Formats: sequence, structure tokens, C-alpha cells
Amino acid sequence: MAKITYIAHDGSSRTLEVKAGLTVMEGAVKNNVPGIDADCGGACACATCHVYVDEAWMDKVGAASAMEESMLDFAEGVKPNSRLSCQIKVTDALDGLVVTTPESQH
Amino acid sequence: MSEPGVVIVGAGHAGGSAAAFLRQYGFTGPLSLIGEEPLAPYQRPPLSKAWLKGEADAEALMLRPDSFYSENDIVLRLGVRAERIDRDARTVILSGGEAVPYATLILATGARARRIPLPGLDLGGVLALRTAADADQLKSALGPGRRLAVIGGGYIGLEAAASARALGAEAVVIEREPRVLARVACEALSTFFQDYHRKHGVHFILDAGVEGIVGGDGRAAAVKLAGGDLVEADAFLVGVGAVPNQELAVDAGLHCSDGIVVDLEARTSDPAIFAIGDCTRRPMPLYGARMHRLESVPNALEQAKQAASALTGRPAPAGEVPWFWSDQYDLKLQIAGLPFDAVQTVIRGDIAAAKFAVFHLDAEHRLQAVEAVNAPPEFMAGRLLIGQRKAVAPDKLRDMSISMKEVAA
Ligand SMILES: Cc1cc2nc3c(=O)[nH]c(=O)nc-3n(C[C@H](O)[C@H](O)[C@H](O)COP(=O)(O)OP(=O)(O)OC[C@H]3O[C@@H](n4cnc5c(N)ncnc54)[C@H](O)[C@@H]3O)c2cc1C
Ligand code: FES
Repeated sequence: MAKITYIAHDGSSRTLEVKAGLTVMEGAVKNNVPGIDADCGGACACATCHVYVDEAWMDKVGAASAMEESMLDFAEGVKPNSRLSCQIKVTDALDGLVVTTPESQH
Repeated sequence: MSEPGVVIVGAGHAGGSAAAFLRQYGFTGPLSLIGEEPLAPYQRPPLSKAWLKGEADAEALMLRPDSFYSENDIVLRLGVRAERIDRDARTVILSGGEAVPYATLILATGARARRIPLPGLDLGGVLALRTAADADQLKSALGPGRRLAVIGGGYIGLEAAASARALGAEAVVIEREPRVLARVACEALSTFFQDYHRKHGVHFILDAGVEGIVGGDGRAAAVKLAGGDLVEADAFLVGVGAVPNQELAVDAGLHCSDGIVVDLEARTSDPAIFAIGDCTRRPMPLYGARMHRLESVPNALEQAKQAASALTGRPAPAGEVPWFWSDQYDLKLQIAGLPFDAVQTVIRGDIAAAKFAVFHLDAEHRLQAVEAVNAPPEFMAGRLLIGQRKAVAPDKLRDMSISMKEVAA
């Protein structure tokens, strides 16, 4: 289990307990967190699960794969802390993680 | 009788998403979701891919956890079929005879596997792949030493063949056309996929008529080809496309034409009734006055948003470029757009290295569609360019020294 906080572009936020093994995207979708549509269900094919990872968590979350990088390259509003949330697996080490969803996904 | 609110018929990807979007967008009225299958809304794409290979479990298939529906005040009624719509009384009549009143009805009945009139289709071991129950049957029929015969070389058939190989089973694909994916992909892509599957041990019988399926003791044993040859197997998957579940709408007198005809708000010819997902025929604003039937998750979600927006007074969502994906072996295929008016194709990248894209341009060099294999930049940039309807020089597209970022700039 890890507590994950999802912040919407307007500042509203929800903190949820997400089971280890699920992805950050699944934690959002299963709880109807707006702004993460995840059209492809986690196949790294759509970039509709784009989030900004809180700077303090960048190291713990790890690096994106080449496939993810090239999807992110073309995502709207991409920043250095952009990630596809379907490619971040939740572990106990991510307890407290904070991510923000981009405005374009609302 | 409960106060009439929004009633959604069909608890699949589109129906389940529409219910979630309605609540997300602030709809507070009564909301019920009626589905024939015993399961809450789940994702079908993994049924031929990760789930079939055993890489995803049943829980991962579910669109939302079961608790989601009660927490969001969505009445989920499963294992019930809507039999008829009474438009004058504004009710839906269920299989048990109950009449459920609606203020707004959303039809999200999806599509079903096409059945072709073939002798032997009812024999044991002859399967289709549309539902989780179908997928369970198929999975239990696959494994080392087994042989799967697939009739129809479309995406689902090819994905099933790839998954069968991953499970150690043999696979043979029988296709009526001279190439697989004939209706849905360009020739270069078909050839590439055939070669790739062959390398992974899949056999193809192309240009082949099927006379029927033969067997004994009620079980199928072989596919009988038009020339009389028999293709023996343990399991048989018929994957020859899908037909829209439009009967409820047809009987109710709604305008249908191989799909329930809707507008860009997902409204049918009756303003109190919407239709979304695989069961619809919809406008394609990027492609002139065409109406088209799309069978994809992105389309189901787009139409679910259109309907939920219209019902909650939100501005209509921005139009999307239709797209689709497929996973086979280590290949990620991503397709955007439709090559309706394409007159020219441009290949970028290296087909032999399984990393390339096929671009389809119209007479004015506007991008109509892109088919990208392990090439996300080409897919993502292509999707943008299709939406912008801008002309692109074919030489630029072909030139790998120019990045897709520059091409799309
Ligand atoms: C094996 C497989 C692989 C796929 N792979 C991909 C992919 O990789 N990418 C992609 O984009 N798409 C893929 N698709 C297509 C995608 O799953 C569909 O486009 C999507 O499910 C459409 O959603 P829908 O809600 O319109 O229809 P469905 O998901 O089919 O849901 C319709 C539901 O309505 C129910 N229903 C029908 N009539 C009634 C009635 N009268 N009363 C009550 N309930 C009723 C049905 O039982 C069903 O549960 C795949 C499909 C399959 C089968
Ligand atoms: S869900 Fe599609 S890329 Fe993450």
C-alpha cells in the first residue's frame, strides 16, 4: 500500500491508498480521479495518463523507458518531470507520492 | 417505480465510462447501468493479449472496482437484458418484464462477433472472442501440444495466434483474402505482420475458402477448406469481424444504418436517446460528410464524453483523431486516422528492423492516416498532423534525418 496524492490543475486534490503492484494510473482510474483517462488501459500507447511527478519524488520513481520518452515528447504541456502514470508501478517505497495532472487532460 | 433519470443499456467499456463521466461531470440524478453480462464493465483489449497470455489477472481487466458503483450512486444491474424500448412511455422493458422509466436513455450495446453461415459452427471447440467468458474458454483450450486454427486474419485473430504461440501452442491462420488484415491495414503492413508471425512459427493459409468445420461426437476436429483439404486443430477461433447490436434501436424506430446513427453529441434520431461505442455509426468531422462505424476503446470513450457533456451542459469535448492500437509479440502497432481519401503512401524507417511507419496522404499531401510499428514519435506526430489537416511534404516524412518533431513543427 502507498498513499498517493493526485492534484488536479485547479489545485483540488485527492489522496488515495493504492495497492502495491498497481500502477499510478490504475490507482486514479479505479477511483474515478479526473484528468487521467487512460484510453489504452496502460499499453503505453496513448499518453492520456500524463502526470507531473512532484520534484521530490523524481529519483524514487525512476526513469522512463525509451518508448515512454518518445510518447511523452509529443504529449501536450510536457515538462522535465512529466511521466506516463501507467508506467509507474506502485511500491511501498512510493508511499506519499504526489502527482499533478496537466490542464489539457481536463 | 423510481424517479426517471439516466438509464444506460449495455455495461461495457462505453456504458461504464459514460456512467463514470456523468458523475465526474457533476450529474447528481438517478443513474443506472443495465448489462447482460454477469460482470461489471471490463476492458476487452487484454482478452486477446496480456490476459490471454496470463500476464494480467481478472482484477486488472475491470474498468472500475465493484465498490465504485455503490460509492458513486450508480445502480448496476447485471445479468439482465433490455428487450425493448417503449419511446412513448419512456421506459425500457427488461428480460423479466420490468419496465424501467428513463428521462434519458443511453444505448451502449456494443457489437457481437459476426457469425458466418458455416456448417459445423455449433461443434464443441469452435469459439468466438468477444467476452470474458469466450476468453476463458479459449485460454483453457491453449497450451503446449495444442493447436489453434483461426478463421479470419484480423487483429483479434492475429493477436490470439501470437498469444497461443506465447502459451506454447501451435497456430494456423486461415484467411479468405490474399493477405491478412486486408480490410484494416495497408499491404506493406499486412506483409510485415505475416512475415513476423511466420518467424514466430504461425502458419498461414491465404486466399482460402472455408467449407465448414468437421468433427465427430459433437466436437470439432478440422477446418475443411474449399479444395477439400482438412486443417486439423484442437481449438477453432472464428474471428471474422463484428456486427453492431442495434436491434433495440431498430425495433424502436431509431434511424440505423449498420449501426445506430448518431450526431457529434452522440444523440440518436430521438433527442431523449443517445448511443455510444461500437453500436453506433457516427460523423467523422475530419473526413468530410462521411459517417463511419469505429470499433475501438478511444471511440467508446470519446462518445461517452460527448454524451456526458451534452447531458451535464459542459462544452462539447474537442474532436479527436480516431486511433487504435494492437500488441503482438514485441510489436506495438499504433494507428491514427483512416485512409479514406489517401492516394499516396510514404514509408519512414526500417521495415526489416521492425521499426517503421506508413503514412497515407491525400492528393493535397494532407496526412490521412499513419500506421506505426514500434514508432511512437511517428504515431504521435502523425496524429497531430492529421488533426491539423496541414499539408506535409512526402520527402520530409521519408527523411529519417529530420525528426518527427521538426516534421510536425
Ligand atoms: C478481443 C478483443 C480485443 C480488442 N482489442 C482492442 C484494442 O487493442 N484496441 C482498441 O481500441 N479496441 C480493441 N477492441 C475493441 C473494444 O474492446 C471495443 O471497441 C469496446 O469494447 C467497445 O465498447 P462498447 O461499450 O461499445 O461495447 P462492449 O464493450 O461490447 O459492451 C457492450 C455491452 O452491452 C451488453 N449488451 C448488449 N445488448 C444488451 C441488451 N439488450 N441489454 C443489456 N446489455 C446488453 C453486452 O453484453 C456488452 O457487455 C477489442 C475487442 C475485442 C473483443
Ligand atoms: S494509459 Fe495509455 S499511455 Fe498510459
